[in-house]
Amino acid sequence: MLTSRLSRVGFRIINELSRGGYRCMSRTRFRQGHCGQCQRSPVELLSETRAFFQGAIFQKHHYFSTLGSNNTSGGGDEQKETISVTFVSKDGEEIPIRVPIGTSMLEAAHQNDIELEGACEGSLACSTCHVIVMDMEHYNKLEEPSDEENDMLDLAFGLTETSRLGCQIIARPELDGIRLAIPAATRNFAVDGYVAKPH
Amino acid sequence: MAIFGARRVLWRSFSTISSHPLRVCIVGSGPAGFYTAEKILKTHQGSQVDIIDRLPTPYGLVRSGVAPDHPETKNVINQFSRVAQNGRCSFLGNVALGYSISLVELRELYHVVVLAYGAESDRVVGIPGEDLKGVHSAREFVWWYNGHPYGRNLDPDLKNTDTAVILGQGNVALDVARILLRPTSELAITDIASHALTALEQSSIRKVYLVGRRGPVQAACTAKELREVLGIKDLYIHIKETDLKITPADEEERKNSRIHRRIYELLSKAATAGPSQPSSGQRELHFVFFRQPDRFLESYDKKGYVSGVHLEKTTLKGIGSGKQIAIGTGQFENLSCGIVLKSIGYKSVPVDDLPFDNQKGVVPNVKGRILSDNSGDPTSIENGLYVCGWLKRGPTGIIATNLYCAEETVASLSEDLELGVLASTTRLPKLGRDGLLQILDNRNVRVVPFSAWERIDKEEKRLGSLRNKPREKLTSWEELLKVAGSE
Repeated sequence: MLTSRLSRVGFRIINELSRGGYRCMSRTRFRQGHCGQCQRSPVELLSETRAFFQGAIFQKHHYFSTLGSNNTSGGGDEQKETISVTFVSKDGEEIPIRVPIGTSMLEAAHQNDIELEGACEGSLACSTCHVIVMDMEHYNKLEEPSDEENDMLDLAFGLTETSRLGCQIIARPELDGIRLAIPAATRNFAVDGYVAKPH
Repeated sequence: MAIFGARRVLWRSFSTISSHPLRVCIVGSGPAGFYTAEKILKTHQGSQVDIIDRLPTPYGLVRSGVAPDHPETKNVINQFSRVAQNGRCSFLGNVALGYSISLVELRELYHVVVLAYGAESDRVVGIPGEDLKGVHSAREFVWWYNGHPYGRNLDPDLKNTDTAVILGQGNVALDVARILLRPTSELAITDIASHALTALEQSSIRKVYLVGRRGPVQAACTAKELREVLGIKDLYIHIKETDLKITPADEEERKNSRIHRRIYELLSKAATAGPSQPSSGQRELHFVFFRQPDRFLESYDKKGYVSGVHLEKTTLKGIGSGKQIAIGTGQFENLSCGIVLKSIGYKSVPVDDLPFDNQKGVVPNVKGRILSDNSGDPTSIENGLYVCGWLKRGPTGIIATNLYCAEETVASLSEDLELGVLASTTRLPKLGRDGLLQILDNRNVRVVPFSAWERIDKEEKRLGSLRNKPREKLTSWEELLKVAGSE
């Protein structure tokens, strides 16, 4: 009983620390190394906290199984809980963030105050969360867009060959390091869903 | 990049450089109005933005245009309501430009006025018989099923016929076709107006024709809507295979447009899939291409009522830059029906004291800066007067188009502020909201602020929950104002 309660608390602390880690990073866009704790990856924070709990009555395997059940990919401690994603804003500003596995890029952008519109709130009824995947390698790792997503991409402004909807890109370990550009609104934007030739 | 950042900082603090807070009035609370308000509030800290609308309810076509069975498209309302709830923003409903307050008065009260009132009229076909009973504008039909106070009395007769003809093949045309053909049990759990649901439940319409004067390559609808209408349960779809033939000019058009390629694919698949004849009692949707209306036919038995459309076959002719137009061939045929819905485009309504381009249906402007006359001379600009949305670009595009439209208009505004173009007005304080409310009070105008809209919203949701609908819209001015006014 005590063990399970401790493991629940332990997991919550890990979560808070991890979240605090990447949120801190997004605020220090212009200044590196502002917050000492931010330099560490969540995995390192994990082992620190684990050490803390070893003082109490706490079983290793129990601890890991609690973590495992909350990790969408399931399984061992080599699995990252978050991946690194870099957004490039309309002005060219690079914003590196960490995104939990299972979170969409749209949600991640909003959680980090990145200016990515999401008019329909992720329900595939608009194209405002349009992002451009900046390298082919990561683009090819994404699943093919559904008909519904393609229908919305038809209407996206500044559509390119590596365009996707941010609400449909879900963080997975394979996408670690992905870079997403937020398209600039062009002065000569077209109406009627007409899409300029891809660049 | 650094320079751009510096410029942005300059704009943001401009309202404190001039000692008076920037006061802006936006006319129209649809997507153009709200995206403009959001951008101004963000870019100009200290600015005060008032959004007026002649209806007691905000959100423009998001509320009265988007079809009832497209609730996700309306999610943007959440974003707009957060803008309205911003301390520096006020929604003022039931305030009509030209009636409650004039444009001249608004320009006196505010440093900047942005017109974003959209398009509330129609392009006219301009053929004989257009005023026969049973010929309606699709815009009014949409207002009718969406519970707009001005659509309530349309009372379209859906019981005298089994056939409806829709002129046009854009998304509005598809919406109307879908509402006429969808099983009413599916419509019953949407926010469709009750009077429309009742009429549709009693409707005898079983066949709908979507008539376009050009071909499948030029169809103006978009993929999601087309896919949806083609996917209606137990609906027989008819498209003539010969209409699918592609000319080299068509191929050129298709090559340059992803969206037209995908539309064509959907149409050609639908033409060949499915049975060649409808089964007995099955509802039918016919795509008719290369036909333009020549005149509306009058019924022999019921004088003054429409009984069909006299159509002329067309052929396409290139007019340069990859565009093709339809021209008549002199061959005609008749299409019988008891109701016609014209869906060939909306049109804006001009307002007093403003130049208006009647041909394009827009207020002449350069990047959102309103021009003093129709000459198009970019140097004769009206100070402090801007335009956004359909009134600026014409009635085309989707909700998101207004996002970029607002960005452009607000960029023009910000540039004008920075360069001192508006200095003559901004160096003076303006009465803004307080002044406006005073005048409206003197005129006994019952202003509906956002908090009053929230009462309407709550009541509509409550009434809806009694009928398993997301909301039951209040459709008369009296009801709306009564609920708005109650505590």
